[in-house]
Amino acid sequence: MDVDALYQEIILDHYKNPHGAGLREPHEAEVHHVNPTCGDEITLRVHLDGDTVADVSYDAEGCSISQASASVLYDLLVGKSVPQGLAVLDAFSEVMHGRGQVEPDEEVLEDGIAFAGVAQFPARVKCALLSWMAWKDAVSQAVSDPKEQ
Amino acid sequence: MTRTQGYDVEAIRKDFPVLARSVAGGHPLVYLDSANTSQKPRQVVEVIERHYLEHNANVARAMHQLGAEATAAFEGGRDKVAQFIGAPSRDEVIFTKNASEALNLVARVLGDAGTVGPGDEIVISQMEHHSNIVPWQLLAERTGATLRWFGVTDEGRLDLDDLDTLVNERTKIVSLTWVSNMLGTINPLDVVIARAHQVGALVAVDASQAVPQIPVDVASLGADFVAFTGHKMVGPTGIGVLWGRYDLLASLPPFLGGGEMIETVTMERSTFAAPPHRFEAGTPPIAQAAGLGAAVDYLSALGMENVAAHEQAITAYALERLQEIDGLTIVGPREPVDRGGAISFALDGVHPHDVAQLLDSRGVAVRAGHHCAKPAHRRFGVQSTTRASFYLYTTEAEIDVLAEAIRHTQRYFKVN
Repeated sequence: MDVDALYQEIILDHYKNPHGAGLREPHEAEVHHVNPTCGDEITLRVHLDGDTVADVSYDAEGCSISQASASVLYDLLVGKSVPQGLAVLDAFSEVMHGRGQVEPDEEVLEDGIAFAGVAQFPARVKCALLSWMAWKDAVSQAVSDPKEQ
Repeated sequence: MTRTQGYDVEAIRKDFPVLARSVAGGHPLVYLDSANTSQKPRQVVEVIERHYLEHNANVARAMHQLGAEATAAFEGGRDKVAQFIGAPSRDEVIFTKNASEALNLVARVLGDAGTVGPGDEIVISQMEHHSNIVPWQLLAERTGATLRWFGVTDEGRLDLDDLDTLVNERTKIVSLTWVSNMLGTINPLDVVIARAHQVGALVAVDASQAVPQIPVDVASLGADFVAFTGHKMVGPTGIGVLWGRYDLLASLPPFLGGGEMIETVTMERSTFAAPPHRFEAGTPPIAQAAGLGAAVDYLSALGMENVAAHEQAITAYALERLQEIDGLTIVGPREPVDRGGAISFALDGVHPHDVAQLLDSRGVAVRAGHHCAKPAHRRFGVQSTTRASFYLYTTEAEIDVLAEAIRHTQRYFKVN
């Protein structure tokens, strides 16, 4: 398998200069997710303004794929409504679970299309999905149990 | 030069067909993950195959010829293992499914026997594999005992400075690894065992990385229990070994209940078989025991002192080659002294999973992650490492390929 398919230039760029990294206030939910097989970890916060994802902030430790994925998530989801964000998540997961057979939609996934190659490396799919699963968890907590503003 | 005193490495590599494979689009396989699991020689695989094709039956309870043959193969495996580790009696060798189960067995039955209780202490170390941490945490929770541990020095050695206070009159069990799967350190068990026995504590040894690469004589070691696994010593998966002192085993209650471990059963109660069968409920790993017997035959034919000498030489060579690489930091002893054939390292600017992926693209198989030793990683302030581990078939040429593949990784990720 061609390792260049995995390490797209876009992924390496996001890895070296992650967007939106660091934990910020305010937030309505914070989650901590771990990939137990490799030990990658992420603490992720979500701040909602009404129905809008006003901020996603995170502190992540892990490989280039998991780090770049969190950075792309930040770019894609901040400013979207929660339902729009969940739709992007679905599109991203579909590509990730597509074993390289699902053509990514650049309109929806933007830089996220660079992860299409990851789908050919089953051991790395969890790396790419770590931040997304954390975001899904955090958003569902923020929606179901909003803190007093 | 890959001729080790005692055996010809190039010649014995022919016993391991997988080592001749190409991977990653044409690169020769460079298998440097033997601390994870070793490769298997033809001689072991053929014994297992012949067992299933020609002798298969259940053991002990089948009164036919095949049953006798299968029983002979299974119990023959026990004889060979007992001899290989210098066990005073074959009845001290208990077959489990792996080393984790062997350590859990010890922790469980010692707890059931009331060996530890509130106020008592269990001592482990910070360099243990999770298999030698979690069972003791569970035992401490069940019994109210306190779990304590040896630290690790900056060099990656067991910190024995507080030996006499850590192992004290309250200590009931000390459980330590012989060779660290992550740091590679070979621990000075003799001083710990002497201290433990001085205060009346029992000693269990996780020898998963030791039995494959150094000559082991449990009688002279002096521990009370020794656990290891078949698949790291050119044997099959699905079989592990717990050795224990016979008088001790005979005084302990059963582990799992079921077939083969009983003496007699009524609806109200049961009485139990003598060791080792008391601790082997259900149909055991029969073909695996035959295979493990073949594995120890294979290792004995090479000579464990020769295997150890090769491991030492190849590790010394690898330590030297890896330390030439700028930005590479070895986590664990950097001198080839009291050191096994596993080297964990960090590479500046590249995460271990990415290192492993790039090495894999060059045909080099290593492990990346926490190697089931998260506390040891935390001790050195790293979340994970890349680990290259060597065995009796590893060549210097393979180490050279590793070193070049690491440099390729650095270029790929534009570090240095």
